[in-house]
Amino acid sequence: MSGIFKQASGSHATTLAPAPAEPVKVRLKINGQEHVLNIAPWVTLLDALREYIGFTGTKKGCDHGQCGACTVLVDGIRINSCLTLAVMREGQEITTIEGLAHSEDLHPLQKAFIEHDAFQCGYCTPGQICSAVGMFNEGKANTLDDIKEQMSGNICRCGAYNNINAAILQVKGEMAGE
Amino acid sequence: MNSFSYLRAVNVADAVEDINTKNKAKFIAGGTNILDLMKVNVERPEHLTDLTRLPLTEIQNTEDGGLRLGALATNAVTAWNEQVQQRYPLLAKAILAGASAQLRNMATNGGNLFQRTRCYYFYDTATPCNKREPGSGCSAINGYNRIHAVLGTSEHCIATHPSDMCVALAALDAKVNVTGTKGDWVVDFADFHRLPGDQPELDNNLQPGDLVTSIDLPAKTFSKVQYLKLRDRQSYAFAIVSVAAAIELEGGTIKEIQMALGGVAHKPWRDKSAEAMMIGKTPTKENFRLLAETVLATAKGYSYNSFKIELAKRAIVRAFTEALQAV
Repeated sequence: MSGIFKQASGSHATTLAPAPAEPVKVRLKINGQEHVLNIAPWVTLLDALREYIGFTGTKKGCDHGQCGACTVLVDGIRINSCLTLAVMREGQEITTIEGLAHSEDLHPLQKAFIEHDAFQCGYCTPGQICSAVGMFNEGKANTLDDIKEQMSGNICRCGAYNNINAAILQVKGEMAGE
Repeated sequence: MNSFSYLRAVNVADAVEDINTKNKAKFIAGGTNILDLMKVNVERPEHLTDLTRLPLTEIQNTEDGGLRLGALATNAVTAWNEQVQQRYPLLAKAILAGASAQLRNMATNGGNLFQRTRCYYFYDTATPCNKREPGSGCSAINGYNRIHAVLGTSEHCIATHPSDMCVALAALDAKVNVTGTKGDWVVDFADFHRLPGDQPELDNNLQPGDLVTSIDLPAKTFSKVQYLKLRDRQSYAFAIVSVAAAIELEGGTIKEIQMALGGVAHKPWRDKSAEAMMIGKTPTKENFRLLAETVLATAKGYSYNSFKIELAKRAIVRAFTEALQAV
């Protein structure tokens, strides 16, 4: 981790040139692979993923942290990628919807979403699934009411909530060995 | 967003030096509020000092028996912390009543204190707003002001403070540890935020460039607490009115009572003299209503938010009733 702070000149911290700046080098580890980008400091993680690397699975909904479509996992923790700068995420493990499946073998939540028809238009789905993975990692959701509350950061404009909850409940049950 | 330069600070001294030597610089930590405001051109910093790698993430006991919350511990880590859950359930409830899981995973304790109002005119750069553009006028006073303040307002601003966490911190008599070019000092939570007066552009009493390093909770804890949040949907919405209620009984009468209101003022609203009046009284609905009437005595409604006054009174009675039912 210490290496990322000293790449500039051996000073205490990494200084990026003042604005309007030359693009700066940002190293991001996404779905297990390192990507080196030359981007401005104001590029959000969401825009870095979609516009600079091509991971368009992560969706831009509101771009203000109100809808959850941009949810990704950083070191296993779910966050809104629209409200963080890519440059702030150097040295962390970023997982997007593209990183959940193992080649043709879908993540259990992806399978359950298909099984339960947990979407109509599908635009919120990558965020819903990444958010549910993050919720499982947190381990604080025990009941349907807990799931509803802890998934409230993911809005589904089609109103597929009942099926989304059913898919999440099923996977939760599978994980508990039911 | 406008263009800006960026520095990732690695220690507190770095951060304080950086922000105090750069033009129009702002701190960024969780980023959940400042980046949102930068996208709508309400905040236009020329430089960001990134605090996220500072070693201020710990939650640990203090020598006087309290608990110190690192400024960079996330809201989620804080709310689920075992000590917070057991000794300060009011704070845990308040934090978990705010925002969404994703935002709580990003937002920090220090940053929570610096949240800016969600007044829609503050967010809309096409309208006058004294908080955003001092001297331009307040669009809310004669505008659509359903979400606005009813206590401590001024002719210049009727914005509310949006935080849930801060309402609990106010009720619990937290203290804020600050560092800056003048050294280190401590601010009582009640003196951290300010009322709008004739300078609504100032949300708090710190100077630009001062850095919150941690928040201290006192040794005194309450077992009978409730955070009651009333809002337009059941989850993931700002409070219309919220109540952080803490009470202890002895021999059937009120021994200690502390309360703060959210969603009604420019800062979490605390009325210590009204609380003092309740000591020794029986914990009846009538007496809680008396508390509510006293606290809201100076409330002033505007065109669309007068309903908040009665709502706040009923919320106070309900919050204490529920607090006493807590096991």
